[in-house]
Amino acid sequence: MTSPHPIVSILGIVIVAMTTAAFLIWVERRLLALWQDRYGPNRVGPFGLLQVAADSIKIFMKEDWIPPFADKSVFIIAPAIVFVTVLMSFAVLPVAPGIIVSDLNVGLLFFLAMSSLGVYSVVLAGWSSNNKYALIGGLRAAAQMLSYEVFMGLSLMGVVLLAGSFSLPAIVEAQQKIWFVIPQFPGFILFLIAGLAETRRIPFDLPEAESELVAGYHSEYSGMKFGMFFVGEYMGVTLISSMIAVLFFGGWLGPVFPGVIWFLIKTFFFISFFVLVRAALPRPRFDQLMSWGWKVMLPLALANLLVTGAIVLMWR
Amino acid sequence: MFSILRTIWYVFLHSFQKRITVQYPEQKPYLAPRYRGRIVLSRDPDGGERCVACNLCAVACPVGCIALQATEDAAGRRYPEFFRINFSRCIFCGYCEEACPTYAIQLTPDFEMGEFHRKNLVYEKQDLLIDGQGKYPGYNYWRVAGAQIGGKDKGQAAHEAPPVDVRSLLP
Repeated sequence: MTSPHPIVSILGIVIVAMTTAAFLIWVERRLLALWQDRYGPNRVGPFGLLQVAADSIKIFMKEDWIPPFADKSVFIIAPAIVFVTVLMSFAVLPVAPGIIVSDLNVGLLFFLAMSSLGVYSVVLAGWSSNNKYALIGGLRAAAQMLSYEVFMGLSLMGVVLLAGSFSLPAIVEAQQKIWFVIPQFPGFILFLIAGLAETRRIPFDLPEAESELVAGYHSEYSGMKFGMFFVGEYMGVTLISSMIAVLFFGGWLGPVFPGVIWFLIKTFFFISFFVLVRAALPRPRFDQLMSWGWKVMLPLALANLLVTGAIVLMWR
Repeated sequence: MFSILRTIWYVFLHSFQKRITVQYPEQKPYLAPRYRGRIVLSRDPDGGERCVACNLCAVACPVGCIALQATEDAAGRRYPEFFRINFSRCIFCGYCEEACPTYAIQLTPDFEMGEFHRKNLVYEKQDLLIDGQGKYPGYNYWRVAGAQIGGKDKGQAAHEAPPVDVRSLLP
């Protein structure tokens, strides 16, 4: 398959990622409603699909307010960071053979680096808001995302060992025989949990914890700045879901349908799973979250890495 | 750990359950006959107003949303000159209905009273009066009350014997 012009790929991936993120607002509300025996938004347009349009018109009309006590420049730049870092990660995402913005040979590391940079957005937002709730939210986010980042990277190293490459298309190609979810099942579970924590979704939404911290790090944000945090979160969900599909479920590989369709099916499956987890699970206490991350998940990730390494060595 | 997976599974099973939402504008909810909604003033079987402007409803109203002015017609029947309910204040508690001695004021199973302007929620007598008798058909206060009005003398009410001349009973 010939690869399209890079500009086409870039535009296509950006547009698809943004629209997916926007429509995820609707998808999430409908799915949550389904699992709570409700209907969700079904009034605006067919199946409520235009709810997204209504919401975006509304959020653009909102007053874009910067509190006088905030650190203005940091306050403005913080929501942009989350947006940029997530969008950057999409650059290394292989949608189908040839459809990729940039086939870096360290694509996986790039993804990890970008998701780590995303922490800055939350911490800076919490710091610059000059508000105790926002600050606590930002601190929590820093602690949580850093500790879950550690084993997120480690959980992926098993995949890298098996594939023998950091390049994402190469990892997908290495799954021709068997999806990595089977030899790397612990790694998959660890990455799933780390991904949930990375996107700050329920049950790992302690940085925004409505019941304790008003809205956490984005308490002071309104209008489109808040909207950027919101869309950034949904893009993060899309990103992590597609990463799971690429790393553990063979990305575009699959019979009958073209690669893109398989990729979208797998991604959407995991997006739905994220929503299901949100519908089902409560938020843990913060110290439980931390001790779980360091005392359970990190040793498990290390053990997984050790065992995988040993097996790969013996095999050769 | 297992309980987490079980929770997720149970929540997932909800995708096959019936949704309990009532799709309101298309699908009306069932309102019980005694539902306390929009307040009306009913009429007696002869078509006259039941309200005798006794002010008991206005006194019973905990939010003071009822205002009325009593007056009398040529026959000596008391009736409200104006009767005003401010539905933006009304809490639909039903105390006015309980207080009413003539079953005139009644709450009905209707809540669709949305307005764009607050002023439109102030209902005057012509908005409140209905043609029917509401929940108490056949009841006519003036026919059962002992009060004397034009066209009905003492003792002419239903189930009422003409007044007895007590002196004639003397031996």
